[in-house]
Amino acid sequence: MTRPPVVTGIGVVAPNGLGSVDYWSATCAGISGIRAVERFDAQGYASVLAGEVREKDFKAEERLPGRLLAQTDHMTRLALVAANWALEDAKVEGSTRDALDRGVITASSAGGFEFGQRELQNLWRMGNEYVSAYQSFAWFYAVNTGQISIRHGLKGPSGVVVTDQAGGLDAIAQARRQLRRGSKLILCGGVDGSICPWGWIAQMAGGRVSHSDDPAAAYLPFDDRAAGHVSAEGGAILVLEDAQAAEDRGAPKVYGEIAGYAATFDPQPGTGREPALKRAIVGALADAGVAHDEVDVVFADAAAVPSMDQIEADAIAAVFGVRAVLVTAPKSMTGRMYAGAAALDVAAALLAIRDGLIPPTINVRPARRYPVEVVTALRGPMLVQVAVVIARGQGGFNSVLVVRGPRGNAGRKRETREARYVRQDI
Amino acid sequence: MSDKIFELTDLMRILRAGAGAEQDVDHGGEILDATFDDLGYDSIALLETAGRINREYGVTMDDDALAGCTTLRRIIDRVNAG
Amino acid sequence: MPRRVVISGIGVVAPGGIGAKEFWSLLSDGRTATRRISFFDPSRFRSRIAAEIDFDPADHGLSQQEIRRMDRGAQLAVVAVREAIADSGLAFVNIDLARVGVTVGTAVGATMGLEEEYRVVSDDGRLYLVDSEYAVPHLYGYLVPSSFAREVAWACGAEGPVAVISAGCTSGLDSVAYACDLIREGSADIMLAGATDAPISPITVACFDAIKATTPRNDDPEHASRPFDLTRNGFVLGEGSAMFVLEELESARKRDAHIYAEIAGFGARCNAFHMTGLRLDGAEMAAAIKAALNEARLNPEDIDYINAHGSGTKQNDRHETAAFKLSLGSHAYKVPVSSIKSMIGHSLGAVGSLEIAASVLAIQHNVVPPTANLTTPDPECDLDYVPQTARQWQTDTVLSVGSGFGGFQSAMVLRGVDGRAA
Repeated sequence: MTRPPVVTGIGVVAPNGLGSVDYWSATCAGISGIRAVERFDAQGYASVLAGEVREKDFKAEERLPGRLLAQTDHMTRLALVAANWALEDAKVEGSTRDALDRGVITASSAGGFEFGQRELQNLWRMGNEYVSAYQSFAWFYAVNTGQISIRHGLKGPSGVVVTDQAGGLDAIAQARRQLRRGSKLILCGGVDGSICPWGWIAQMAGGRVSHSDDPAAAYLPFDDRAAGHVSAEGGAILVLEDAQAAEDRGAPKVYGEIAGYAATFDPQPGTGREPALKRAIVGALADAGVAHDEVDVVFADAAAVPSMDQIEADAIAAVFGVRAVLVTAPKSMTGRMYAGAAALDVAAALLAIRDGLIPPTINVRPARRYPVEVVTALRGPMLVQVAVVIARGQGGFNSVLVVRGPRGNAGRKRETREARYVRQDI
Repeated sequence: MSDKIFELTDLMRILRAGAGAEQDVDHGGEILDATFDDLGYDSIALLETAGRINREYGVTMDDDALAGCTTLRRIIDRVNAG
Repeated sequence: MPRRVVISGIGVVAPGGIGAKEFWSLLSDGRTATRRISFFDPSRFRSRIAAEIDFDPADHGLSQQEIRRMDRGAQLAVVAVREAIADSGLAFVNIDLARVGVTVGTAVGATMGLEEEYRVVSDDGRLYLVDSEYAVPHLYGYLVPSSFAREVAWACGAEGPVAVISAGCTSGLDSVAYACDLIREGSADIMLAGATDAPISPITVACFDAIKATTPRNDDPEHASRPFDLTRNGFVLGEGSAMFVLEELESARKRDAHIYAEIAGFGARCNAFHMTGLRLDGAEMAAAIKAALNEARLNPEDIDYINAHGSGTKQNDRHETAAFKLSLGSHAYKVPVSSIKSMIGHSLGAVGSLEIAASVLAIQHNVVPPTANLTTPDPECDLDYVPQTARQWQTDTVLSVGSGFGGFQSAMVLRGVDGRAA
């Protein structure tokens, strides 16, 4: 496979929009899905906000058969619907059954934690005979891949990557690897969430979740007021295809290419060694054969922890130049959704390329000490052809993906960066 | 062992609670001799149902008994036999 | 010229013995390490047997802080990887750490740590709104099993690509395959790859009870795991870890490393049928085997030994037997097949890596381990499963397969290199 693989379908489930159309229009309009937690009474906890995909909005029983509802965690239901939408978007429906060259690769961070909490409670409050037969597979990390594979008859190489919030990119990269090995189509990405009391206290134990009760001030990356992120659920599933195979079957649309990728791991704190994020950015660009000044936008990991923001901003500046590339974090409107986060960023990057629009980072007043140009209001229309997506998992995981618009766009005249700055504001 | 009589309505309630409701299956009429398969339920659903019956009615069904419960009627009879 | 990847170091923490030497000793003796569960009182459970490891982390070089923050699964992996690194002879002083990566497979992550903590914060299930006051600081590391890979990375200083691979019971094979791909494509030169799982905890035992997947042969724990036997009735839950040093063949040769085997081929497919059930024809496992053979550029006749998934459930062993026949034709009847789960139980995501270790040691020793407890043949499983006693057997090429919940089917071909002798 000499041509980069192409994304031919996108399915999104996000706190600020169900489906890529709703998600993207809300995101371009700066509409946030962060609110007070409704899933359980969070008032007794230090963190009280979340980016939820609420059942009353999602209405699982209208979208999935009853027998699937009984055996799935909420986040698996979201994943199944997102996968469905991606396949429909790519017009692959009906032709996937029994395909040995079509697989599924998803990222997970904690599995079906809410389902798991209920079963742990059944066990310890009532007794072992109260544990559901579905516990044997409803919570483990591979559940989304397994259920998606079964639902659509996808028999090709499949898998699950677990790297905290970097997982979405690692799953897409592994999908690219499988296409290089001979598969033709891989559904990839991540849909995730652990919004239940047991998951909640575990997330808070990580020390990075905001304690603010103000949705407009709780998740402020690159801002002096930054004090953690808001936890969220959701994500995106993409249809990634071998470029030739996509052409051969007449795929109706190509959002773009997965052009490059790299992953690194930070040294253990206390060793005095450099963080490894910059090397991941450089590596991804090299893998893509893209020069730093060809990049139109960077979708940041946006930890909203000052030391992490500093590392990220410094790494971006070191590679692209100080304030030399536009940086944005639409996850400011959703919260960080663990294994779904980076996959959703890739979807946003592809939509940004398609529409020539860069979504804003909302609520933030970017601080001077971060040498990056943070986009705080919607930008465009402008030429967006190459996007870099950065994702970091707690513990030291750094992943970077380079996404490029479809080959047809190559003919469009590239604006110089100077020209872009002159006409930048809407 | 329970002295409640186990009826079709009980079985359907337990089945739905444990393994989910099937919206588009016509449950009119001949359901007593339907198999789990007919109703769109798999082997795990049967195991889950057996587990719940055990909890509520105190009736255990060992592997052989479970294998013999191919229709709803057979499950009901087995449970009522204690 | 595609890069070739070899295994140059092995570390094992397994039931019956800690260290690769003890592990091989158990397997070649045909002894079993399955016993009545001792980690907690199993009397209320349907299956009361497990393959437990007598493992005290303090005896194996883990510090108090490491012990406190690491779930048992992480502990096993770190001990295993340290053995693997020592075994490989790699000094790790003049190595470019950016070119060293890690993959760790696990099916159920920090299950033991999570359950222990859950009991506290929920007050044994009394509270749905669990009490955050009682949350330990490292609870996040239990929530996300990516912490297993972090611990292994910290143990060796890796700064290249690091990941946890979690595809249920094929994680142990898939993790090593993923690492192999990273070296082949040039993303790393050295990978510490393998898997771990420590699932022997009430919630796991309860959920397998609920689907009757584990054996209730509680009156005879030592002989309860009976893959391919007519009287088999489920698997025995186990725990363990195997970690490997993977490196590119030429650099291993250049530094005169002891090379155990090459990872010659790999294939993975999915049943896409049911989360736990298997169809009888074994078609997708057969497809995975064929893909692995194709990549290795080998024919069925080149396989000297098959290390089976052989979990000991009625359905698995039938499914797998069918898959061997479908993919290997008449050669399926000529090649010895065995399941070491008969001896070390089924450690879920870890077992694929333990089975790679067994396969590679079989190549090294020219001995195939037996299927223990196989006393009554099953007419539906009519291949040569090496019953009870290990066999001297010229073993250069091994096929190792795995099958897991979610429908995953994986197959790996391992081959001796350079006509190495035992």
